[in-house]
This record gives sequence, C-alpha cells and structure tokens, in this order.
Amino acid sequence: MHDMSAHAAQHHAPTTFIRKHVFSLDHKVIGKQYYALALLAALIGMFLSWLMRIHLGWTNAAIPGLQLLSKNGAPGGVMTPEYYLQLMTMHGTIMVFFVLTTAPFAAFGNYFLPIQVGAEDMPFPHFNMMSFWVTFVGFWVLVAAFFVSDGPSLGGWTQYAPLSAVGAVGGPGEGTGVVLWAASIGIFCVGQLLGALNFITTTLDLRVKGMSMMRLPLSAWAWFITSCMGLTAFAVLMPACILLILDHVAGTSFFVASNLVINDQLQPHSGGSTLLWQHLFWFFGHPEVYIAIVPGMGIVSHVLIANMRKPMLSHRVLIYSMGALAVLSYMVYGHHMFVSGMNPFSSLAFSFPTLAITIPSTIIVLIWTFSLYGSKLRINSASLFALGFISMFVSGGVSGFFLAQPSIDIMLHATYFVVGHFHLVMGVAAMFGIFAGTYFWFPKMTGRMMNETLGKVHFVLSFIGTYAIFMPFHYLGMAGNVRRYSAFVADYLQPLIPVHQFITVAALITGAAQLVFVYNLIHSRFWGAPASDNPWECTSLEWSTPTTPPPHNNFGDHLPVVYHDPYQYGVKSSTGDYVMQASPEQVATVNEEK
Amino acid sequence: MAKFFAVIIIVIAIASAIPILRHTWGAPEDISTHGALIDEQMSETMAEAGISFLAAQFVLALFIWQYSNRRPDAKIKNFPGGATGLVIAAMLLVGAEVVALGIFGVKAWADVYFTPPSASAIPIQVQAGQFAFYFRYPGPDGTFGPIHPELINEGTQNFYGLDTDHDADAKDDIVTAEMAIPVNKEIHLLMHSKDVGHSFYVRELRVQQDFVPGLDVSLHFTATKIGRYEIVCTQLCGLGHYNMKAYLEVKSQEDFDNWLKKEAAMQ
Repeated sequence: MHDMSAHAAQHHAPTTFIRKHVFSLDHKVIGKQYYALALLAALIGMFLSWLMRIHLGWTNAAIPGLQLLSKNGAPGGVMTPEYYLQLMTMHGTIMVFFVLTTAPFAAFGNYFLPIQVGAEDMPFPHFNMMSFWVTFVGFWVLVAAFFVSDGPSLGGWTQYAPLSAVGAVGGPGEGTGVVLWAASIGIFCVGQLLGALNFITTTLDLRVKGMSMMRLPLSAWAWFITSCMGLTAFAVLMPACILLILDHVAGTSFFVASNLVINDQLQPHSGGSTLLWQHLFWFFGHPEVYIAIVPGMGIVSHVLIANMRKPMLSHRVLIYSMGALAVLSYMVYGHHMFVSGMNPFSSLAFSFPTLAITIPSTIIVLIWTFSLYGSKLRINSASLFALGFISMFVSGGVSGFFLAQPSIDIMLHATYFVVGHFHLVMGVAAMFGIFAGTYFWFPKMTGRMMNETLGKVHFVLSFIGTYAIFMPFHYLGMAGNVRRYSAFVADYLQPLIPVHQFITVAALITGAAQLVFVYNLIHSRFWGAPASDNPWECTSLEWSTPTTPPPHNNFGDHLPVVYHDPYQYGVKSSTGDYVMQASPEQVATVNEEK
Repeated sequence: MAKFFAVIIIVIAIASAIPILRHTWGAPEDISTHGALIDEQMSETMAEAGISFLAAQFVLALFIWQYSNRRPDAKIKNFPGGATGLVIAAMLLVGAEVVALGIFGVKAWADVYFTPPSASAIPIQVQAGQFAFYFRYPGPDGTFGPIHPELINEGTQNFYGLDTDHDADAKDDIVTAEMAIPVNKEIHLLMHSKDVGHSFYVRELRVQQDFVPGLDVSLHFTATKIGRYEIVCTQLCGLGHYNMKAYLEVKSQEDFDNWLKKEAAMQ
C-alpha cells in the first residue's frame, strides 16, 4: 500500500487546442484517442469483412463501385482471388491489433486505470502520448499498403514464412505489402511496450492511500495482468518483424530455407528456418489472444458486479484465474503448430497445458454465472453486453476443447471451425466487452447518457446475429471447409456454398446493427441526456471524481483515500445499497476477503 | 427484456445443437486404418463439449430469468458453497476431462505419428508448389533420383528437377499429377515443398500435414476403401491457394499396377 502521489506525473492543464486535444499528455484524452482510432479501425475492418463475405457467398458477383477501390483487384467490381486474400489479411491485422488490442486495453485502460488506482495521471505521460501516436502512425503505415502498386500483402495476419519472406516473387503484395505490414506491426509493438510500461508502473507505484492490490477493481487487475503479458509478447514480435523486413531489404535468410524454386527461379536464399517464424509469431500470438480477452474479462466483471448489486463470489479467485491464464498462455502456443511439421512429441507437450487452460477459464465462467444467483440483476445495455460476453466466451471456449487435441486438429486445423472458434472467443466476446465498457463508462467519459433503447436494439441484433454468423462456421469446419479460400472450387465444398450465403446475409445484417451503435455514440455525445457523477450507483474511484467528466488531474484538490474493498454492494449505507471505496462510512461489509 | 434475453439464449443453444445431433454436416466416412481412433476422440469431445455448452447456457439463462429486475426489498443471497465449491467442481470435472481426453488423445496421435512405417510400405513422394501437387513413384529400382532445384522447370514439365541423363536412379522415376495407391497397402508419403508452405489434407483419410520448405517430412497411412477422393491444400500459399487440389485414387492392386505401368510408359 503506498501513498505515492508525489511520484505521479503532474502537469498543468493545457491551454492550447493542440496540447489539449492532439498532442495531449492527459491519460483521459489519450484513452479517448485510442478509442477513436479503434472505432475507425473497427469500421474499416467490418467493411472489409462485408466485401469478403459477399465474395464468398456469390463469388462472381460484381460489387458496385468496388473497382474504384482497386482497379486491378476488382475489375468491373468482381474481386480477384488475390484481392480477396489482401482484404482478408488487412481485416485480420486491423481487427486483432488495432481494435481488439487497442480498445479494451489501451483505450479503457488509459482512461480508467489511473483513476481507479487514485492517481492524477500515468507516471510517464510523454511515453503515454508517444504510445498513442506511434500506434496511430503504425495504423496508417498498414493502411498505406492499399495505395502501393501491388496492394497489401496476401499472406494472412499470421504472415507465415517463407511466403512472407521471399519478396514480390511470392505473389501480389508479398513485396512492399509485407514490408509495410511488418513495419506497421513493429511500430505497433513499440506503442504497446510503452503503454505496458506505464500501466505496470501506474498499478504498482501510484496507488492512492488505502488502495492495496487486493482493493483494486477487477478491471484494474485485468489491465495490469494484460500489460505484463504485453511487455513480454510484443517484445518478441517486434524483433521478429525486424528480421522479416531484413529478409526483404538486406538479403538475409532468417525465414527462408535453401533451394526454393518459385516461378522456375532458384531463390537467392539459404539456411533459414521456416518454422522459426511460426515459433516467434505464436509465442506472441497466443498471449495476444489473452491480451485481447483478459481486459474484457475485467470490464465484464466490473460491469456485472455493479449491475448485480453484489460482489462476485470470490474477488481473489477471479484475479488468480486471470493470472493463471496469463502464465499458461505462454505454454500453449504450440497448439497452433500441431500439423506444422514440428516434432510430434512437442505437440503432446503443448496439448496438455492447452487442455489445462480450460480449468481457470471454467472457474472464471462458473464464478460469473453463479454470482448471478441471488443477485438483483439490473438489465441495461451494459449488463446485457456483459452477459452476452459470458455466453459468447463459453460458446467459443468449448470449441477450444477440440483444437487443443492434436489428433482432432488433424481434421479441424485450417478449417472454418478454427475461424468460428477464435471469432467467438476472442473477437466477438472481446467486442462485447468493449460494448459493455462503452455503455457503462460513456457517462463518465462524456458527461452524457447513451440511449438505452437503441443500446438494447443493438444488443439483440448483435447477439443473435453473431451466433447466426459464427455457429455455422463450426459446422463448415467439421465438414472440412478449408479457410482462406477465395472461392470454393473443390467438389466437396459445392454443397456448402448455401451455408456461406446464409452467413453472408447474417453478416450484412449484424454489421448494419453496429451502425445503430455508432449513431447512438455520436448522437449521445452531443445530445444525450446529462449524466450525474455516479449514474449507476457504483463504488470504485472513477465514480468519486468531483466532476463528470473528471477534471484534468482527476480528483481536484485532494486525492481520495480508500477505505473499502472495491465492491461493497448489497450493504445498508447512507447512500443506499452500496458504499464507495473513498467513503469513510463504516458499514457491515460483505464478502471481504483478507 | 431479461426474460426475452433468457429465452433467446435457450433458443440459440438448442438451435446450435440440432445440426450436430442430426449430423447435418460433418466429416465423410473414414477410409483409413488409423481414423477410427480420431473419430472416436471427436465424438467423445463433442459429447463433453456439447454438454458443457448446453449446461452453461441454460444455467446462465435461468439465472438471468430468475434474478433480474427483482423487487427493491428482495434479499441478496450467495450461491450455497460459494466460490470454493465451484473451484473444486471445476478442478475435478474439467481436470478429469482434461486427463481423460489428453490420455486418450495420445493414443490416437501416437497411432499416426509415433509408429514408423513398416518396411513393406510403398514409398510415394509428393511435391507441393504454387499451386499444384505432383507425385513421384520410384520405379522398378525402388529409389528416387536426386532433386536438382536449378533444373526445376514447369515449361519443360520437369517438375522435380530430375537429371535423367546423368542420374541412374532418376531414369525410372514416374511423376504424375494424380495420386493413385493400392487399397489396404501401407503408403509411406514423403513430403517435399519446392517453394512456400503448403499442406496435404484428405478428409476421408483423416490426414492433414503441412509441407515445410527446407525440411522433408513424412507420413504413413493405409486406405481401406476403393474410390476417388480430393486432396486439397490447407496452408495459405498465394493467390491460387483456393484452387490447389489433386485427386487420390484408391485402386485395387491390379488396377494400381496397370495404372502405374501406363504412367511409366508416358514418362
């Protein structure tokens, strides 16, 4: 427990527009900038998925106007196979890095972590500002690939070598497109490393008086655990990207083996290892799955508790389980490589921890679900998305049972089963976490309420829609439908095309439902009903700020002092059924764990 | 709204399970000697995952139905046994499941990967390249001629870079675009990539294995049913990936011998 406010970065409120809204040092502004970037990225990523889905449902159909985006990629509006793969690569990269990593972790974490620990700002505000702007540059470097002569890379977000490392001879976009991809992700890693450093230091050193680690809200714990993962995972991906760029521009052969022949030309490479890229990539890639989902777990726990009006059955078990996920996430990455040609004994070594990771996941789901028992659950847009998160996480999680086993992976590897699995468990679930966080914290961030009716419409359409899209993906995978095909020409795939058409229609409707959210977000930002300081009657420090949105230094003249565990709901106090962390009022506590 | 949501969860859970129970989509009939264990493992996992899925969704829906929008004076309760009971239950149930699936899975995996091919297994080489498979049979001498990458030339149809003028072993090699194998005979498949990563996937054979450029991997299997099956590439290999496929013909020994003779004559 520390009173370390003297160490918190203190800077005066900026006065110029540029320092206030653009190059701001304020963690709240940086959080909102991350959110805006993630929103833009999500809309682009979703738009790309629409184009891909239309192509997969009706391969020869012309999409009006598509030729304007790429004359060569879509002559007459009909997508070429390479353009499909290029859109797919961009969809995956944009979504995984610039949405799923950015929004739940960097956006909400930046805004609320310092406030939840009781700090005035992050300890290194210049690093924090740099973290956002570096990420911003990374995003545009990636998008720039659309504007180079042969377009973005077609190698998928995993960029398997040697296809990604041999240069333009590998196919359209495999030259400049890959270099831009690797540069973008390398830059992104720098941003995330700077962010992780700030998050960890904030949590460890800037906790206000009375805020012990165990009194941190679950969202703060989730961000802290995620930043520990980020610090190690991105530190591996960044050098991997540098090596990949060197293979392109410096004549090295880190990832290209000898004696490869492409287009009847013997390639001028020798001695590299194809599997090295996979090891480096997945050593990052699997923790990345948890980097995307653990913040969502924290947000969902935080939102649910406020809406259940009671704490979780165990605060401590949830924290330990999230920690266990983080540790195990490094031991399981080889399950992406069961059929890669890696030593088959390694597959078994990676299979057991992969199966074992279901234990902390199950504990988390059971604690969430059985904490609902006997609660006074409030149904609103935020709690609906939090509950939807649980449903999605379970649905995506159980398919992990299959993929954790090498022998079953023989059948399901590289099929739509995998696509369904990860979209539900890390894509949609994480998105639901973002939505829950948005509906919950929007009043604090803007001083206005979001429209609840529109929020519920958004939820119902999204919940039904995502199941309609991603459950059939599992069925397609079980029938052996291979992923990353731009058209289905194999005989056995023909009967499955109507399923793809169904999914396309569902995807278009579900995507359109997200526009309801965007409208609600923008409309409420300017014309929403004014929000009080604590509209949801919550306990944690973000609801104790003297104004809404919080002032520049978060707490005005006096830093708060923390007297309670984070979730004192279901008590009898002068304010109602809860007592705030910063309130000195003594009440009979519930479920306090020491 | 809460009750409506609970009903949606139940309806979606049941609707999701129906195609599985009715086997609307799924793997085709197994034609391999090792596939039965994989299929069994799949059914066991489906049962366990399916029950977990349905139970979790039902309990979630039940609690949402039961405990939402209660009267303001309603009492807050905790689930009997609290977190400890749940943690123990999760550890025991999921732990047992993990151990069971893990141990059983080892057997299925070992059957494919930990047993060497028998001495009598028929060696066939498959070479993957953007965007086609080519197969090579060693001919009467039983030995494959060496590959000279610099000689690989699609224009002259020297797909393997063979030097038949100088390498005696290469002279009788038979290179084909279609893979034929005799039924009930073990095949030792030697996998080689000439350019980038590819994969060899035959659903009916319960076989999927990546090609690793620079590293030749091998696989062995026995097909038990005569027929024509599709081989597809499952590792993204470039713009023509979707169209990279070949056929596997499982023939009687006699038909296979005749086919090989005919192919040899065409070299």
